[in-house]
Amino acid sequence: MSRFSGAGRVPVIVTIIVSLMFMVMPLPDWAVPFRPDWVALTLIYWAMMLPRTWSVGTAWLIGIVLDVFQGTILGQHALALCVIVFVTVRFHLLMRVFPMQQLTATVFAILTLYQFILFWINGVAGVEVQLVNYWGPVLTGTLFWPIVTVLLSGVRMRVQHGR
Amino acid sequence: MVANRAETSNPARIPALGIRLIVLIVVSIILMVLDHRQNHLGAVRQAIGAAVYPLQIVVDAPFRLWGWIREGTTERNELKLEVSRLQAERLLTYARLQRMTALEAENARLRDLLEARAQVRDEVRVAEIMAVDANPYRHNIVIDIGARDGAYDGQAIVDAVGVIGQVIETGIATSQAMLISDPSHSLPVEVNRNGLRTIANGTGEFGKLDLPFITNNADIRPGDLLVTSGLGGAFPAGYPVATIETVNRIPQEPFADVTATPEAALDQVREIMLIWPSSETVEAEPLDE
Repeated sequence: MSRFSGAGRVPVIVTIIVSLMFMVMPLPDWAVPFRPDWVALTLIYWAMMLPRTWSVGTAWLIGIVLDVFQGTILGQHALALCVIVFVTVRFHLLMRVFPMQQLTATVFAILTLYQFILFWINGVAGVEVQLVNYWGPVLTGTLFWPIVTVLLSGVRMRVQHGR
Repeated sequence: MVANRAETSNPARIPALGIRLIVLIVVSIILMVLDHRQNHLGAVRQAIGAAVYPLQIVVDAPFRLWGWIREGTTERNELKLEVSRLQAERLLTYARLQRMTALEAENARLRDLLEARAQVRDEVRVAEIMAVDANPYRHNIVIDIGARDGAYDGQAIVDAVGVIGQVIETGIATSQAMLISDPSHSLPVEVNRNGLRTIANGTGEFGKLDLPFITNNADIRPGDLLVTSGLGGAFPAGYPVATIETVNRIPQEPFADVTATPEAALDQVREIMLIWPSSETVEAEPLDE
């Protein structure tokens, strides 16, 4: 497992920054509720593949950045992201051997958990949100997961062979 | 549950993962309480905001570039048309302004007669909406003016035709603003025709505001212009907000069902103006076209 940790962090950080950019990229109004959670997808992937380097701490920091970026309650995305990354790290060995359909189904469950935490925090804080804003990203996130996997595994190959 | 799974995933066991998670969850909850209940974390937000500012610039850049390219490659004919259109518009505006000057003088004289406070002008500054989608749960925009330019929380934002929203969070170089269409936004307004005061709430739709507190017998009808009343303290008075769209009087209910269409096209504007109200409260003035 030693080959998974250590150097080669820069490409991973770049993918996370790109995912943050996708999170704030303007979309037409009808598409906004269907923006996949790019950051969540990216963090799930890296937590699954390189759990020693990219774990709950990273997820929490990125979550804080996302909160500031989007002007949500500070700690909301941080909490949700570190919980789903925790789940991913716990099951990362299982998830790595899952066939794609099963993995996608798992990611669907994780994304649902993610949105549920966000929903719960919004509820406690009294932020009113239309329901489509919760199930939209879960749906599109699941649909985009295979593509994200392909793209990020390209990056991962480069990380591991490049050093 | 952390301990009994440890041996199954032993080769890649992450040390103290559960403990770290619990610590982070507790920290998150403390942060959320501080942020939401007490608003103590403005400085933290500003600092992280400054760190992610380059990211916002990068996201915004292609759209700026696109606008720039489009400007650069506009056909000569189109430019000519645009120039003549703008000239015509300028003439009209000048004509209106002349009338304004006369009215202003008259207004000042009348105010003198009434010994009322003198009317003071608000200061405005043009800002641009960055092509960055902010809070997914709210009707928010990010603008390229921040604390270093003197923006402050609660500052009113208008465009050429009407009120757009207010600043809710100032960063160093950018700010977040809430649109009047946000479901949690309320704006004190009055009917320009007769001064009837009420509140306009956002609905979550760009083209619709809700006026929940209008009694069934109130003198209001479709087409009435709503202007800011200045009563909330945040917005200076007299800026157009919306036009009444429907008035649905329901006899058995205490309040009528009234909706209005915002004057500003909230989902289309790119250039906006921030208002620094003058130190004295500005009285509402009748708006002639």
